[in-house]
Amino acid sequence: MTGDRRYGAIVIGGGHNGLVCGAFLAKAGLSVLIVEAADTLGGAARNAEIAEGYVAPACAHILHLLHPQVRARLKLRRHGLRLAARRLPTVALDAQGDHLTIRGRHLEGVISDDDVRAWRRLRRRLLRMAGALHPFLGRVPPRLGSDSWRDRLMLIRLALAVRRLGKREMREFLRIVNMNVADLLDDELSDARLKGALAFDAVLGTNFGPRSPGSVLTWLYRLAGEVGSGRTGLAIPQGGMAGLTEALAASARSFGADIWTGTAVKRIVVEGDRAVAVELESGNVLRTRAVLSSADPRATFLNLVGPEHLDTGFLRGVRGIRSNGLAAKLNLALDGLPEFTGLDRAALAGRIVIAPDIAHVERAFDQTKYGAYAAEPAIEITIPTLHDASLAPAGGHVLSAVVQYAPYGLAAGWEAHRDAFADRVMESIERYAPGLARRIVGRQVLTPADIEREFRITGGHWHHGDLAADQIFMLRPVPGWAQYETPISGLFLCGAGAHPGGGVTGAAGMNAARRVLSTRHGKDAG
Amino acid sequence: MTAGARHEAPLLKTPFHPRTAVLNQAKQWGRWAGYATVACFTELAHEYFAIRHAATLFDVSPMKKYRISGTDAERYLNRLLTRDVRKLRTDRVAYAVWCNDDGKVLDDGTVFRLGEKEVLLMAQERHLAWLQDSAFGYDATIEDVSEAIAGLALQGPLSCTVLKAMELDGIAQLKPFGIARFDLSGTPLTVSRTGYTGDLGYELWTEPDKALELWDRLMAAGALYRLTPIGSRALDLARIEAGFIQANVDFIAADHSVRMTRQRSPFELGLDWMVDFDKGHFVGRRALLRERETGPRYRLVGLDIEGSKPAAGALVYYGRARQVGLVTSAAWSPTAKRNIALATLQAPFADKTDGLWAEIYVNKELKWEKTAARCRIVTRPFFDPPRRRATPAPDF
Repeated sequence: MTGDRRYGAIVIGGGHNGLVCGAFLAKAGLSVLIVEAADTLGGAARNAEIAEGYVAPACAHILHLLHPQVRARLKLRRHGLRLAARRLPTVALDAQGDHLTIRGRHLEGVISDDDVRAWRRLRRRLLRMAGALHPFLGRVPPRLGSDSWRDRLMLIRLALAVRRLGKREMREFLRIVNMNVADLLDDELSDARLKGALAFDAVLGTNFGPRSPGSVLTWLYRLAGEVGSGRTGLAIPQGGMAGLTEALAASARSFGADIWTGTAVKRIVVEGDRAVAVELESGNVLRTRAVLSSADPRATFLNLVGPEHLDTGFLRGVRGIRSNGLAAKLNLALDGLPEFTGLDRAALAGRIVIAPDIAHVERAFDQTKYGAYAAEPAIEITIPTLHDASLAPAGGHVLSAVVQYAPYGLAAGWEAHRDAFADRVMESIERYAPGLARRIVGRQVLTPADIEREFRITGGHWHHGDLAADQIFMLRPVPGWAQYETPISGLFLCGAGAHPGGGVTGAAGMNAARRVLSTRHGKDAG
Repeated sequence: MTAGARHEAPLLKTPFHPRTAVLNQAKQWGRWAGYATVACFTELAHEYFAIRHAATLFDVSPMKKYRISGTDAERYLNRLLTRDVRKLRTDRVAYAVWCNDDGKVLDDGTVFRLGEKEVLLMAQERHLAWLQDSAFGYDATIEDVSEAIAGLALQGPLSCTVLKAMELDGIAQLKPFGIARFDLSGTPLTVSRTGYTGDLGYELWTEPDKALELWDRLMAAGALYRLTPIGSRALDLARIEAGFIQANVDFIAADHSVRMTRQRSPFELGLDWMVDFDKGHFVGRRALLRERETGPRYRLVGLDIEGSKPAAGALVYYGRARQVGLVTSAAWSPTAKRNIALATLQAPFADKTDGLWAEIYVNKELKWEKTAARCRIVTRPFFDPPRRRATPAPDF
């Protein structure tokens, strides 16, 4: 490993966005190096062995937002991506055991015909709106006040996309887009379980509760991503999330990209106001034409670049990015299949949601406002071993739970409260799955503070920054810099902190690569 | 503070208020940074001519003063300001501007280098938030010390004479933009050879509880030399003669502007010489580099206008029909005996040697008349006496 070779582009971070970005650049003919600090690729989309022989999804556990162009152009199937499960239903747990299964437009369980009809109507409407937004996830956001035809065209397209919904639907879109999801659901539906589970979807991974204004937009945003996943719906890759990561890495390598793991970057070297090299923790300096950072914007600018190269207004924007995570991860290694009251094996294979009503989610959110974790959190559970037995020893299972809400800035500090928090989460799950604790052979808890440390994400936010009206599209990561470029010539962002944000989409990496290729940094491939 | 409170709240009093209030016969007060400040003590002409022919005192205590300290103080200032502060030695003062990301000027002010790791930045407007945010990542502490320092500007050809009468040893040797330290009955007295009049002059800085003693000793020492307290109106006339620009008069401070197009870069203000691209990054550098390529949209120039009618607020035309700019400050200069003005012109017209006209509006006993006066772009300052720079400072 020497600094002799000069790469056309160096991608910082071997998470899914970094791999996607590197693969697209290599595909276009650039000589690409992807450097990952951890010993394993994948970032938040990697596996973790939580007990001997038990492999859990370290962070993300459902693949439902992967951009279709990423899958197709990078030939991920050819490079080994297989889905162990697709179109997972959502099982909304009910305290009395009357669980409700949401399978797309179909609802299964005891539920009124009115709600069944109302859900179909609402879902159709939301998906139409989400469909109008979907194309913009895969494009470079426009610049306001720009003279470029490309920017103007994009703004016109956006206006047209909304207009094309038709007058009534456009009006409806404009009416609901800034609403809170609780009000919308209360207007349309009456079933508590259904509303609870849908409200949970709307706020998952955000700093919102169902009654926070803007929570309809975050729901639409999630749905817009899901529109692209088409027939596969909520899916689980073969081999866990690492299955996706390995396919991405294989794809990148097939195009000629070099990938180094265990290679932490110390800083981005700026000379003459240009990013010219990457200095590794080892002291090696690798010169390059373009640096692409999939690290979050705060880490990229405040730590890797350094304030001395950046203007005060820009720094204010970067420092102001709300990027404190509030979702935690609980992974359990179990010596057998857990039993949930009222759920058969088929239902257990779905995506199980503990959000029995809107108030449950809102109450859980309330406490985070005062620096506490939710006493009764809202939880999303998958049991990946039901789809891929290779992830655990024979007879064993892995339970993966995303737990909301657990604020990064816990007033009492996480170090002393991690176990107490995990116990509360266990209590919540055990209410539906009595005897679960007796099956545990290993337990892993990741609070946002742990996520920050393990995955090197400032604030431990999976999305590298809240997805909210003021932090998406043209405003992501900061207003005026949503085109993947940065004030430093030759430095680009390609991670979740850029448009379209987090979730295992690959879109940020793909868009960033395209942007680089459209600039002079991508022209004369080295 | 409620919506109504600001105009109801009494203006603050500077440490010199007990003296200035008594002397303010004209009872003309103005507002400066929340302080009551004298606009005119007696008669404008009397105060103005004292600046050019004797010595004057002006209370500059409302000036915002920021103390910057820490091992990175110099690096920090080089990041903040467009100039290269490394060239500023201890006990020297420099005029400076600072910009936002777009390279538009936020304010101008003076930098007092008190030591390797200690600097005072003085400005007319408040900037604490911007200064502190700019310090992110630097070992530099920014404190607002405005209320801890009382300041008096002693300006005029006899100003050094007055200080000598006050027995400030060696004061005549102090060079322009130099800083000297003295003792005021046990309290430090800092004297800088700086000012806003374009004349021989000094600024004196001490602790607020010594303010009245300083005032009294100066007035006693200056009694023989017609040392005259002046208000802001006389000072304004002198600063126009000196060709000095004033924020929110000759340009709109970028963070005060509502309309983006009103913001001005250092190039547009004619301060090209203050922008140092070779010192490394500073806030606004990238935008200014781009502007250097495309050229500024406007230029601030000095005008010499035909006739004697002050052209305040006049529109500037090229030929008879084409409007190309605006006069922002204007006066009949009693000393230069010229009708002078500062104006902002559209860039292409700032090189015209001929064809510029000012449309001057004059109210003649309740009847507005407009006259077109030929004007000429001239170099500033309009009045520049050798005594301003002479060291040792001359006795008059």
